[in-house]
Amino acid sequence: MDIIRALEQEGMKKNLPNLKIGDYVRVNVKVKEGNRERIQAFEGTIIAMRHGGIRKTITVRRISYGVGVERVFPVHSPNVDSIEIIRRGKVRRAKLYYLRSRVGKKARVKEDINAPKD
Amino acid sequence: MKKCMLGRKLGMTQIFNEDGVVIPVTVISAGPLTVIRKKTEEVDGYNAIQVGFEDIPERKVNKPLKGLFEKAKVSPKRHLKEFRLDDISAYNPGDEIKVEDMFQSGDKVDITGISKGKGFAGTTKRYGTARGPMSHGSGYHRGIGSMGAVSDPSRIFKGKKMPGHMGAERVTVQNLSVVRVDAERGLLLVKGAVPGPKGGLLIIKDSVKA
Repeated sequence: MDIIRALEQEGMKKNLPNLKIGDYVRVNVKVKEGNRERIQAFEGTIIAMRHGGIRKTITVRRISYGVGVERVFPVHSPNVDSIEIIRRGKVRRAKLYYLRSRVGKKARVKEDINAPKD
Repeated sequence: MKKCMLGRKLGMTQIFNEDGVVIPVTVISAGPLTVIRKKTEEVDGYNAIQVGFEDIPERKVNKPLKGLFEKAKVSPKRHLKEFRLDDISAYNPGDEIKVEDMFQSGDKVDITGISKGKGFAGTTKRYGTARGPMSHGSGYHRGIGSMGAVSDPSRIFKGKKMPGHMGAERVTVQNLSVVRVDAERGLLLVKGAVPGPKGGLLIIKDSVKA
């Protein structure tokens, strides 16, 4: 078991920000177009996290042109270039699935002004 | 056969390749093997090497085995296995075979192990037969089903799927690809699952399909 944990540790990113549920983040994703690589940003609120070492994922939700879009990012994937925290959210649950049934001003997460940036 | 190795299954995890694609891998602690005896065409009628895997204390071996180990001048081993390799000229009794000598990433291998025992299992689990409705007064849930026709043939045909012991048998998975070889820790990472529980003994050979 320890060897497997060590192997996973090697593949994991060391400099990840301290992501929390409800945070508004910008995920910079590497996109391959032909043989050219560029970086595309996806901004949104973290509504769910799955832990488990190298298998850790975050679900980021945003409203794009009136349509709710959710993307699941494996945070340790080399395709995820970096993750920036733009705002800390103040939430009271671990999964913000209730945001899916909300529209407009209600579909917002309160900002946690006192939260440390990292 | 060109390559052979013995190892223990450590468990599964996943790794990312350069394109960011997740590869499910089984981690195997493979080798080192010690050559104990060489069998040659002239003496034994075929070419093979006998190898030992994992040390055990000397008090655990009986006298006949002790003689075998002393002849090769090696410490007693837990597992002995014979591999009929095409070319055995490179191996001599007492030699150590490490995982990095045998395999490199990209190789295709066949892996044999003893599958997990499931005990006495019914047909639903053992053969995947359909079950009856669980409710609405059905009363027939995971039964064995029809045994066949009655007066003609007046017997049950051979091979009828019936409950019985499942698992704990020798299973080979063919054509698994080696993702990484870790020489430092003696690890072999193969893509996909291999038979048996964590800690189970595995026999690794080059693939017959390659």
